[in-house]
Amino acid sequence: MLKIHQLHKSYPIGDSSLHVLKGIDLNVEEGEMVAIMGSSGSGKSTLLNIIGMLDEADSGEYILDNLPIKDLTEKKAAVYRNKFLGFIFQSFNLINYKNALENVALPLYYQGLKRKERQEKAMFHLGKVGLADWAKHLPKELSGGQKQRVAIARALAANPKLLLADEPTGALDTKTSYDIMAFIQQLNDEGKTILMVTHEEDIANMCKRIVRLRDGVIMEDKKVNQVRAEQYV
Amino acid sequence: MNRTRSLLSGFTVAFAILLFTILFGIANGLQNTFAEAFVDDANNSIFIRSGRTTKANKGLQAGRRIQFKNEDLDYVKEDFDDKVEFITARIYKNFQVSYRGEQNNYNIIAVHPDHQFLEKTQIKEGRYINQNDLNNKTKTVVIGRLVEEDLFSKTRALGKYVNLGGIQFKVIGVFTDDGGDNEERKIYMPVTTAQYLYGNNDYISQINLTYNPEMDYDQALVFSTLLSKKLKNRFSVARSDQRAIRVRNMAEGTKAVSQMTVGLTFIILVIGFGTLIAGIVGVSNIMIFIVKERTKEIGIRKALGASPKSIVSIILIESIFITAIAGYVGLLLGVGVLEIVKPYLVDYFIKDPGVSNTLVIGATLTLIIAGAIAGYLPAKKASKIKPIIALRND
Repeated sequence: MLKIHQLHKSYPIGDSSLHVLKGIDLNVEEGEMVAIMGSSGSGKSTLLNIIGMLDEADSGEYILDNLPIKDLTEKKAAVYRNKFLGFIFQSFNLINYKNALENVALPLYYQGLKRKERQEKAMFHLGKVGLADWAKHLPKELSGGQKQRVAIARALAANPKLLLADEPTGALDTKTSYDIMAFIQQLNDEGKTILMVTHEEDIANMCKRIVRLRDGVIMEDKKVNQVRAEQYV
Repeated sequence: MNRTRSLLSGFTVAFAILLFTILFGIANGLQNTFAEAFVDDANNSIFIRSGRTTKANKGLQAGRRIQFKNEDLDYVKEDFDDKVEFITARIYKNFQVSYRGEQNNYNIIAVHPDHQFLEKTQIKEGRYINQNDLNNKTKTVVIGRLVEEDLFSKTRALGKYVNLGGIQFKVIGVFTDDGGDNEERKIYMPVTTAQYLYGNNDYISQINLTYNPEMDYDQALVFSTLLSKKLKNRFSVARSDQRAIRVRNMAEGTKAVSQMTVGLTFIILVIGFGTLIAGIVGVSNIMIFIVKERTKEIGIRKALGASPKSIVSIILIESIFITAIAGYVGLLLGVGVLEIVKPYLVDYFIKDPGVSNTLVIGATLTLIIAGAIAGYLPAKKASKIKPIIALRND
């Protein structure tokens, strides 16, 4: 599903440069649920951004679903992101002047779907996250948990191969966090491959595998016994 | 926030277009005034008058009276055959004119048929003087609309006989003239009739002609200079004599006016484009702010699969939308202001200030293009924003 080999990335800082990723090797199979952990500055977000094609590696190999991701033009990157990836952000990143339904429908718009089809599909996914009744509400009228659910519905709308989550519970209280995690686990149960950056141990333990980064290298990569979130809900 | 900025940038454009519309309208008004001032007579007219010599020449004394005759008119006609369009003599008379009880004093002008085209006389009823009248020296007159009004009150003048200084003349036509009331208080009669009745001579007071309209101003001026030279020679008048024979070419005035109009239009266009460009720069600036404000949204859209093209179009459409709506508001305001001040501007030589439909459509199109130009650079910049940087922008 996802193959990364000897990935390097550095950022220029003034005259010198900061080596953030120092040769990352990572394989993720279909249906996995992986937590990437590490303190701030460990390179976990950079890694996720490169996987998400929001950023580009300096060197190394990145193959997604047998497709080498290299030297992408902006246009091609846009198409790949739309087709292969779904994003969930810490701060939800909903467009504030569009209602829940319109937010969910946005990736479908970029797929070139007709308006009616977009609305139907978006409504279906909103129903899946349990917010069908909130379709016409603007983000500011929703609670944090509801916003993240809309964001998840949006990430799922284009039916991506890989779901990328950057601290998905970072802005939520514990109860809501577990709520969201229960939902993400359910998606994983249905077969979605999920990659998530977090620095919370309890959230990481709800995944099936934990990859620990420190100073740009993988310190530890182990499978864990998944803690089910619904028991806390 | 977004709305306030859009409104502000819109205001810039609206104001620019408002100024543009008012300036253009006023320029049009000035042009209308000039055009009207010269509409009365054909603007390719040349008037030839005579007077007394002021200088002795070829053994002849100063103070000699120069009198044009029929043969002089024929000379001009034949000598400048290809340069003359219409030509007529004029003999000025003034008579007490009466019909039944009503009577009044009028200027009578004896003319050739060509005079109608020179003076832009419009026949309201009946006909103008023709060659047949000239040949038969008929006692016929064509009277102005106001003469008919004065003398005939409610009845029609056509076909009736009026008394001109004791002689009965048949009214064969009634005319109107755009030159004003004085022009419509005139009476025209055949030149030959006047010569026969009043002195039985072949004298004429003045020769009026129009030059071939295919000639440009410079050619026309060369023509009138040559005309003056030849006539002075014919009457043995000194070259430098300004009084004996006077050739006045309307082209001189027309040229000055049309040059002034061109100059005026040019200035207006420069000012207009200046304000328009200021508006575009204003919108462009605001668009840069808007792009900055929407950076995060652009990042989100990119993460969801928006192509650079679609980002460009989002910003461009916003820019065009603001510019077109605001510009249109400015245009409407401008037209409104012109309508309101119209009556007060007549005193300042500005008549019917306004903008044509063509200009309105042209300006609207220009606005859309201007909006596209104003939005293009910011849009291009937006499309190049890296989603990762945009998303970090909290």
